[in-house]
Amino acid sequence: MKAYLSRRYHFSASHRLHSEAYDAARNSAVFGKCNNPHGHGHNYAVQVTLSGQVDPATGMVCDLGELDAFAQTNLLDRLDHTNLNTLDCFANKVSTTENLSMEIYRIFKGFTAAHLERVRVEETSNNSFDYAGEETSAPGLI
Amino acid sequence: MIFLTRKAEFSSAHYYWNDSWSPEENLRVFGKCANRNGHGHNYILEVTVSGSVDPTSGFVVDLKELKDILEREVVSVYDHRHLNLEVPEFKSTVPTTENIAIAIWQRLDNKIPHAKLHRVRVYEMPDLFADYYGER
Repeated sequence: MKAYLSRRYHFSASHRLHSEAYDAARNSAVFGKCNNPHGHGHNYAVQVTLSGQVDPATGMVCDLGELDAFAQTNLLDRLDHTNLNTLDCFANKVSTTENLSMEIYRIFKGFTAAHLERVRVEETSNNSFDYAGEETSAPGLI
Repeated sequence: MIFLTRKAEFSSAHYYWNDSWSPEENLRVFGKCANRNGHGHNYILEVTVSGSVDPTSGFVVDLKELKDILEREVVSVYDHRHLNLEVPEFKSTVPTTENIAIAIWQRLDNKIPHAKLHRVRVYEMPDLFADYYGER
């Protein structure tokens, strides 16, 4: 039987929304206080949803320990307590949560023990972003 | 079509163990979850049903009735129980969050009048939950 497993991870990082394609006035107009040159930060929450057949022997879609170890190495060790703008993946991209969601989706595509359905990134408790790959028009199942 | 979700809670003990494996293999695969003295969680159940809104009542389903069904079919069976030792479906399956979601689906399927069971979501902890949509 096919089930969906969701796991949440938490990290804290700083960033600044700024585009080299805009001049200072335009950056300020578009990004507002998020364009503060000194940066600001968030406690991000990441919700990763994986699917697969439940293994009759273990009762699991995938080994949670393996998933946690993967997330520690590939997500948390890379992003927690960093300035997102200094990371290679944001060298040419604005570190919006939209772009962050796509990067985190790309990261978890590397976990091959189950099928990656969706990544949700919550920047604050009032906003969240879902990414389920380009081929998916809907943000996932209700 | 409206989707309606009702929550319920139950607190249960369990352990992870596969009888066809050696104790060493169980410990290797399940780690601390294989402690035979058991451990427990405050589970949160979210049941989502779908249906049309009755033009007279304005309901998809009578919430009180849904609450009573969840209480009768799930909470009264699981709450303050040891899942492995006291709940029949976990005599032969490991009571993982995935299997609990599937078992609750099977308990509720066709029991909710006027609505279609859409999703069973079980939170073992706020950072870990499983969804089952009745898929084979």
